[in-house]
Amino acid sequence: MAAVRSMSKMYGLCFHAVRQTAGLKASGLLQHRAFRATVVHQQQPFDSSLEKPQFPGASAEFVDHLEFIQPNVISGIPVYRVMDRQGNIINPSEDPQLSKETVLNFYQKMTLLNTMDRILYESQRQGRISFYMTNYGEEGTHVGSAAALDPSDIVFGQYREAGVLMYRGFPLDLFMAQCYANADDLGKGRQMPVHYGSKDLNFVTISSPLATQIPQAAGAAYAVKRENMNRAVICYFGEGAASEGDAHAGFNFSATLECPLIFFCRNNGYAISTPTNEQYRGDGIAARGPGYGMLSIRVDGNDVFAVYNATKEARRRAVAENQPFLIEAMTYRIGHHSTSDDSSAYRSVDEVNYWDKQDHPISRLRHYMTARSWWSEDDERSWRKQSRKTVMEAFEKAERRQKPNPELLFTDVYQEMTPNLNKQRESMWRHIQQYKEHYPMDLYDK
Amino acid sequence: MMAAAARFFIRGANSKLSISGVAAGAQSSLGASLLKLSASCNSRTKTQRRHVAHFTFQPDPVPTQYGPTQKMNLFQSVTSALDNTLANDPTAVIFGEDVAFGGVFRCTVGLRDKYGKDRVFNTPLCEQGIVGFGIGVAVAGATAIAEIQFADYIFPAFDQIVNEAAKYRYRSGNLFDCGNLTIRAPWGCVGHGSLYHSQSPEAFFAHCPGLKIVIPRGPVQAKGLLLSCIADKNPCIFFEPKILYRAAVEQVPVEAYTIPLSQADILEEGSDVTLVAWGTQIHVMREVANMAQEKLGVSCEVIDLQTILPWDVETVCKSVAKTGRLLISHEAPITGGFAAEISSTVQEECFLNLEAPISRVCGYDTPFPHIFEPFYIPDKWKCFDAIKRMINY
Repeated sequence: MAAVRSMSKMYGLCFHAVRQTAGLKASGLLQHRAFRATVVHQQQPFDSSLEKPQFPGASAEFVDHLEFIQPNVISGIPVYRVMDRQGNIINPSEDPQLSKETVLNFYQKMTLLNTMDRILYESQRQGRISFYMTNYGEEGTHVGSAAALDPSDIVFGQYREAGVLMYRGFPLDLFMAQCYANADDLGKGRQMPVHYGSKDLNFVTISSPLATQIPQAAGAAYAVKRENMNRAVICYFGEGAASEGDAHAGFNFSATLECPLIFFCRNNGYAISTPTNEQYRGDGIAARGPGYGMLSIRVDGNDVFAVYNATKEARRRAVAENQPFLIEAMTYRIGHHSTSDDSSAYRSVDEVNYWDKQDHPISRLRHYMTARSWWSEDDERSWRKQSRKTVMEAFEKAERRQKPNPELLFTDVYQEMTPNLNKQRESMWRHIQQYKEHYPMDLYDK
Repeated sequence: MMAAAARFFIRGANSKLSISGVAAGAQSSLGASLLKLSASCNSRTKTQRRHVAHFTFQPDPVPTQYGPTQKMNLFQSVTSALDNTLANDPTAVIFGEDVAFGGVFRCTVGLRDKYGKDRVFNTPLCEQGIVGFGIGVAVAGATAIAEIQFADYIFPAFDQIVNEAAKYRYRSGNLFDCGNLTIRAPWGCVGHGSLYHSQSPEAFFAHCPGLKIVIPRGPVQAKGLLLSCIADKNPCIFFEPKILYRAAVEQVPVEAYTIPLSQADILEEGSDVTLVAWGTQIHVMREVANMAQEKLGVSCEVIDLQTILPWDVETVCKSVAKTGRLLISHEAPITGGFAAEISSTVQEECFLNLEAPISRVCGYDTPFPHIFEPFYIPDKWKCFDAIKRMINY
């Protein structure tokens, strides 16, 4: 009994709801209950006549024995799953029953991203682009969540969410233009590769500093709430980024300010070389949500339907109830952290192979499709060929394109060109005029 | 939890002290513990005397071009600017620590009642969150006016300001921006603020392209410049000299008006020396100019820089080309202070006109001390002596 109660305190905010069910339900159920029973914490009205604690900071009963609350890390928050590793639906009532067309689209977006990753990864190895980060193993988290959103929902990401853009229809040409920093790049060639952004697709431009987007997403969600246009905001981040102070800020702000926001954590086991046991000692990221008064769930990130269902429901409730939701998608970073990293220096090949060969979001969805005769070996072969061709075409086109005019080094620092910057701009051109043979002028737009 | 509470009380107590001597019912709402704290620092009269010794506020001429005016101190003129903004821009929101009940410096009094809880609200006690949140509001297209309770506590938000706010437009190729963000923060020495209620951090931000940094010298400037910051399509930091919140009183237009950013203001014309400063230090400079005239027969040109970044190079250089001498003064420490930037630029632009080395009279390269404040600040005597040496060079 004591153990059950302490656990419920750890997870739940609604002590009364837990007390009513304590002793009747299994602890696993209690966790669920605590999530669902969460209500917005209100400052307790002062009433000295009641024989209960009157502290304004929490709503709780007195207890007459000393007992520390135990974190529950051995039997953590369960991982929600819709289909098994062979693509079989486990519980038919959880089947989202998506149309063949929709599922094929999921699969094609995931595999197209995978194909693009392979080609751009190789191109970096050959020194054709300066840097790259693949999405291997996390394609399901991107596509499953993106599909559950409205296109007008604002996306804040970290850097490993290219599949969200892919799902929203970002053209291959623009992915490539950004990585090549050519004259077609919407970002004008100013940021490192994979720092994508699209105003049209409501995908806020990626920046390198980790977790900075988390409180920003809360602010955007607040503004969106005031617009009253039935929009939500989603904010992606890795489990490593969740250690940043900004994550704490974003979680707490979105809860107290009641923002329609979905926090989507990609827990892939590593932050570069740092394994999760050096990142945190609690029950992952999902267990932090209730501490902030936030409804939280943990899903199988390699199960695109589980990700879809959780995001869909979180989005519906976030908008209807103006409150944040936390989804922790458990997955595995199959690729290296980036092209500047060799992950064999800190983890075993066997471990990587397991996730790549036996539990991969793409192969799992393919099993599901095959079982329904929606996809055949022939379909696979021709799609592989076609996707590779379209990626290569975009790749070659991007490579041939000139870099943007160096003039663009100076614009957009401020909305207007300041006298100081104008002076520096003129000085650069004067200098280049005189020393042009020392600069790669032929690569840049005139 | 404990630390947060302690900080609140320190802040509260401090604001209480800085507004001492003015009867206000609102102060009682700060609670008995605060009053006790403030009573334990029972040197109220000494505190006031020290303020008076440091500077004398000189009101601007009554502005007539913007319609009817009203007597306001600096905190009231800030409220007036915020009031105009909320009235004219339905997307505008004001948030920060303790802004809902009116703010620890009373800058947001009445706004919540007038415009609603969803537009004027408290945030959790977390500066990086406040600025990050404000950036997000601005990215979504709404007007965000964030308050950092003291400029001293802006550093937890340094990353959000420098890496994010300042670079949002540039890095996205102008797809996204947070130009609708304004960060307000009480700034500068207050007589007894010690290390963390006295700082002047403008130079830290002056090294960051993409930001605008603005500091007013009085109520009229505060309202006009703040409204410009809010309207400006770039992220702005607006530092409010907290020692002037109540000390500075002048006639301020009731309706909205703007004073252009990046334009210095020549307050007094002169021919022998150019004096450049901003914020409270402007009032020190004006007094110094009078002293130099009376005691040395030296004619000083006094310039209020107003915008630290991007600053008005032209006005300053034109003045120095005429006078041939330049003294720059700020409360912040001298090494890496913004005077260094002005000094080297003027040296580059006006080398042939300079008749003496440029003089910087600034805070010392120490943390801002408590009991030694009178010795720390670049007061009128230090500035006067610098002029004397410059003239005799």
